[in-house]
Amino acid sequence: MFDINPGLIVWTIVVFVVLAALLGKFAWRPMLKALQDREDSIRAALEQADRARAEAADMIRQNQQNMAKAEEEYQKMMREARAMADQVKEEIVAKAQQQAKHDLEKAHEEIQRDVVAARQQLRAEVADLAIRAAEKILDESLDAAKQKKIVDGVINQFPKN
Amino acid sequence: MNEPNSAADTLQTAAHGGGHGEGFDFAHLLDHMKDGRYVEVPGGHVDLPQFPPVTIGGITLDLSPTKHVVFLLLAAILLTVWAVRAARAYRKHPVQRGMGNVLELMVLFIRDEVAIPNMGPSGLRYVPYLLTTFFFILIMNLLGLVPFGATATGNIAVTAGLAVIAFIMIQLSAIRAQGLGHYLAHLTGGVHWALWPIMVPIEILGLFTKPFALCIRLFANMTGGHIVIVSLIGLILLFRSLWVGGLSVGFTVTIMLLEIMVAFIQAYVFTMLTSLFMGLGMQAGHGEAHDGEHAH
Repeated sequence: MFDINPGLIVWTIVVFVVLAALLGKFAWRPMLKALQDREDSIRAALEQADRARAEAADMIRQNQQNMAKAEEEYQKMMREARAMADQVKEEIVAKAQQQAKHDLEKAHEEIQRDVVAARQQLRAEVADLAIRAAEKILDESLDAAKQKKIVDGVINQFPKN
Repeated sequence: MNEPNSAADTLQTAAHGGGHGEGFDFAHLLDHMKDGRYVEVPGGHVDLPQFPPVTIGGITLDLSPTKHVVFLLLAAILLTVWAVRAARAYRKHPVQRGMGNVLELMVLFIRDEVAIPNMGPSGLRYVPYLLTTFFFILIMNLLGLVPFGATATGNIAVTAGLAVIAFIMIQLSAIRAQGLGHYLAHLTGGVHWALWPIMVPIEILGLFTKPFALCIRLFANMTGGHIVIVSLIGLILLFRSLWVGGLSVGFTVTIMLLEIMVAFIQAYVFTMLTSLFMGLGMQAGHGEAHDGEHAH
């Protein structure tokens, strides 16, 4: 069992060298290259995923910031709008009140004017009636006492005003 | 090859001396482990063709195929089919399945756990050599566990051949990494020139001890388990008792399982140590070239 067959040593070396050359070319090198490529692609994919995740996180943060900003702006706009609305409301109310006051005054004036006009018209009519009464008196040739009584009667037909 | 070894002798004596049975030829059992001019097949054996020895430069070599040559070639063919098929599969898809995946697992192990830690990134160049070593030894080891199989790595000539290649690779990688000048300078051990006549032979001897240890370690480990199994089987023939038979079979199965583990471990150890020795030689030059200090 311990005797060494030199032929077998030669066989071993030859077989090994041929095997190593063959496998090196057709198995190990293509295989190691494929494994290396696969590792590289996995590494690249992981890095890309990391980058994408970072980007997404960035986007979310940005979105949140934007949302916060939008919310703030909305609040501000609301506040401003409310303030403006209040102001406009007050203005409108004030204006309306002023208008109402103005209208009321105008109405008063108009009434006043109408009253004056009515009085003048009344006076004209009274005069007219007086003339007509006078004519009637003249027509019926009445005495002075009777005339006076008639005139008083006519005048008394109108309210004292 | 014909002289029975001591273990067989002892057992044979025991068989005859024990008085049980008729005495069987225990050496014949051990022949299964030895190299031979035939290959065992179910129901007999096939004789291998023989060639006359060739003489090259005064050395006579008998290159006739033997049983271990057949298993050497068988292992080479199996490995080629396995590895080339797996390598082809990467063209279709970068992820392997089945046996290709088994191969990939071990390839990655050799690359990431053996080559790179021992030799650094520059050792990637030698990964194909280490892979061939690992799988070739592994398959030869495993073929010894198959019925009618033979363990080529249980033959010291085969392990010597592998060690010769390991020796060459260790020296080549060292020369490549350090340059021939530093490599030769390293052989002087960095001592005063007057001590070179002592130092140089020691250093050269040191170069040979490592592969020699590789050779003996693999041979002894692969032979040891087989001797245990042969001995256990021998006990059955010796005692011809049902109890001993049952016990022997139980032990044999256990040893067989152990042998599967040993087949992997020894292939790994051979590869790991080769890469370690290569790494030592490759790194030795860098530190020394600059500060002139020799670490051993």
